[in-house]
Amino acid sequence: MQTMPKWADILLIPLINLMLAFLISGLVILAIGEDPIAALSLMVDGALGSSYGWGFTLYYATNFIFTGLAVAVAFHAALFNIGGEGQAALGGLGVALICLFFPWPHWTIALLAASLGAAAFGALWATIPAYLQAKRGSHIVITTIMFNFIAASLLNYVLVEILRPPGRMDPSSAGFPEATHLPTISDMLNAVGIPFAARTPANVTLIIALIACVAVYFLIWRTKLGYQIRAFGKSEPAAKYAGISSVKITMIAMAISGGLAGMMAINNVMGEAERLVLNSVEGAGFIGIAVALMGRSHPFGVLLASLLFGFLYQGGAELALWTSIPRDLIVVIQALVILFTGALDGMVRRPVEQMFLMMRKRGG
Amino acid sequence: MTAPAIELKGISKAFGPVQANKDISIRVMPGTIHGIIGENGAGKSTLMSILYGFYKADSGEIYISGKKTAIPDSQAAIAAGIGMVFQHFKLVENFTVLENVILGAEDGARLGPSLSKARKELTQLAKEYELNVDPDALIENIGVGMQQRVEILKALYRQADILILDEPTGVLTPAEADHLFRILEGLKAQGKTIILITHKLREIMEVTDTVSVMRRGQMTATVKTSETSPQELAELMVGRKVLLRVDKKPAQPGNKVLEVENLEVVDEKGVKRLKGIDLNVRAGEILGIAGVAGNGQSELLEVLGGTQTATGTVRVNGQEIDLTGALSDARSRRARGIAHVPEDRQREGLIMDFKAWENVAFGYHHEEEFNAGLLMDQAAIKEDAVGKFKRFDVRPDNPMLEAKSFSGGNQQKIVLAREIERNPELLLIGQPTRGVDIGAIEFIHQRIVELRDAGKAILLVSVELEEILSLADRIAVIFDGQMMGERLPTETDEKELGLLMAGMTGQEREAS
Repeated sequence: MQTMPKWADILLIPLINLMLAFLISGLVILAIGEDPIAALSLMVDGALGSSYGWGFTLYYATNFIFTGLAVAVAFHAALFNIGGEGQAALGGLGVALICLFFPWPHWTIALLAASLGAAAFGALWATIPAYLQAKRGSHIVITTIMFNFIAASLLNYVLVEILRPPGRMDPSSAGFPEATHLPTISDMLNAVGIPFAARTPANVTLIIALIACVAVYFLIWRTKLGYQIRAFGKSEPAAKYAGISSVKITMIAMAISGGLAGMMAINNVMGEAERLVLNSVEGAGFIGIAVALMGRSHPFGVLLASLLFGFLYQGGAELALWTSIPRDLIVVIQALVILFTGALDGMVRRPVEQMFLMMRKRGG
Repeated sequence: MTAPAIELKGISKAFGPVQANKDISIRVMPGTIHGIIGENGAGKSTLMSILYGFYKADSGEIYISGKKTAIPDSQAAIAAGIGMVFQHFKLVENFTVLENVILGAEDGARLGPSLSKARKELTQLAKEYELNVDPDALIENIGVGMQQRVEILKALYRQADILILDEPTGVLTPAEADHLFRILEGLKAQGKTIILITHKLREIMEVTDTVSVMRRGQMTATVKTSETSPQELAELMVGRKVLLRVDKKPAQPGNKVLEVENLEVVDEKGVKRLKGIDLNVRAGEILGIAGVAGNGQSELLEVLGGTQTATGTVRVNGQEIDLTGALSDARSRRARGIAHVPEDRQREGLIMDFKAWENVAFGYHHEEEFNAGLLMDQAAIKEDAVGKFKRFDVRPDNPMLEAKSFSGGNQQKIVLAREIERNPELLLIGQPTRGVDIGAIEFIHQRIVELRDAGKAILLVSVELEEILSLADRIAVIFDGQMMGERLPTETDEKELGLLMAGMTGQEREAS
């Protein structure tokens, strides 16, 4: 029996959670002697008030869509993939190798190849912990976290020792060739006559991210594989009874998850930086966890949550730029959003459910 | 006239739109055993949870020994002299009996005084009520019958005058159950009041003084046990006439469909759970496996169903099946015409969070009829579900609901519909009516007999002896991973089977 209508579960509760997070953020801002209303309006204006702001917000959102989908897919198999950070870093390596060492005639083909490379590297990085979990019983939360560190060290080594062009001081690869540069949203919109601020990082990868949302939806809810993943995630003994192999599903679900996380690299490495730098992921792998939690592991929810976090990232950067609110406070706001939408969800859910029950009783 | 030990007046409790208890009034006199009987979901457990302080009633009053009492939590219930023995024991496995008894009722920071006090009291209680338990034994090392006694001791140690037992015999052998009833009689003789919640008519008739019948959240009747009959109680529970015995023709056994030879299973801890099982099932017959839960019958079903590896030989229609390799999984078993209704439908047979229609394809999701290209053919699955719901009378008649929103009986019908309609060569069926209401039991038994009459082989595992006796064409008794022998249901009775289930062979019985 549903205790409350679906719209309340999907929209109302996250909204209340958000409001609470913003309320407390406001109090914190007030406490350090700044004006919370002004801060909020600055954030909204900076992130959503101009096409320039949108250009950044959408860029961040694209990252979060990939890492959010990655966590969501693993969640459906009851696997907590905390390794999005490392998988995205490895995806970056895949993108760099493909862009640097093959002569690509056109960005479309390069994009296709880089997507495959990013996905393959991310998937590979995720299947090792998956194998350890499926065959050896090493808990995937622990192993994926550790693999983040291994990935960081590996990238450090590869960048410093192998990919760094001679004479360069910073640990980064050479710039990717011109033919692999992806068109930005601004390029594309301007081409059809819609004005959009140039020099913004949002690029064609956004479209791939949207396609990935649709693909994940079909994968999870319409395919046999998705059916098996969900069944396994809901009840392992039942899956065994139905002849679903736990080893196979763990490996495949994690490979898809890691592949999605890895694909984030076509946005930040290929689309934006156009070379591989150290720590290119910048925490997006972890934001993916919050995004998946908030989006209830549903691709559409992940999309909305990604936009929200894109807004928080860009708005937060504006805040740090124009006010004396320290950058650390932005992290506080983001943390509050994660706290309220993720961990404290039940706090809001219970009373809202009660309210709906009361209403129904009165109504019927 | 003495005040009733417990009196409930107008108790109502709703969970959302579901009215679990509706205006329930009941009087239980001190020094009596009062049975509460009803189908699953009739509201028995909810009522007792209210009495024990787990739930708060929406309205109504509770009187203990004539005094109006509020019971906001279980501490208050204990203070009011109420003790509860749950269906699933709440014991710490690696504590001793003594430690479990004082858990939560320690007198101070130091355990020593509490332990010695409890030891003295336990000896006293053991003498008074035949409640013999070794106080220093670890819970994990004693049998379920003993564990239940520990639960009763816990309640008595907390000065309970009113003891509530929720389905206490579910895990006991007939002999253990008889012992329990003797204990209850002893407690009654000492003036304790006992409330026995059960769905087994036999127990009600055997041990209670009065019995209340619940149906759909309401108390439909309270009668003196001596003035009623099982047939009348069953009708009160279900609300219509029911067949208590299965109506079936003699079996027409055909070829051997299942042949099992020297089957052995060793579990993860290295313990042998099956120690060389031999059995066979012919087409058109039901072989019933009787035994107390935990004696290897679950492992037998798991091996045949493809969720447990084993050594030995198993042939289906003369062809050997893989017991350890790549073809030992459940999918391969289904391909060989083995369908499986698992013992625990909520843990294995269904995905409770899935919609019912999705569960209709569960285990058969590879079948061509359920797939269209890359995607699953949702329309086909839903259509199949609608048909199965109709043919198996699943209620509510809506496959779009989640599996968990159906009652136990209807969940079982969904599993049965899925497995029986595959028209298997061999049907494995574990605890077909566990947690299923009487109305649905009748229906499920009929379907199983129908499948038998269609010439299929059926291996039935059940801890309900009555069920085995009325359904099986042959009965094999399992004890400690071994077969104790076979009997024909017409030539045996509960007593003989009960002794076999306790591991006693013919000679031992004569000697004792």
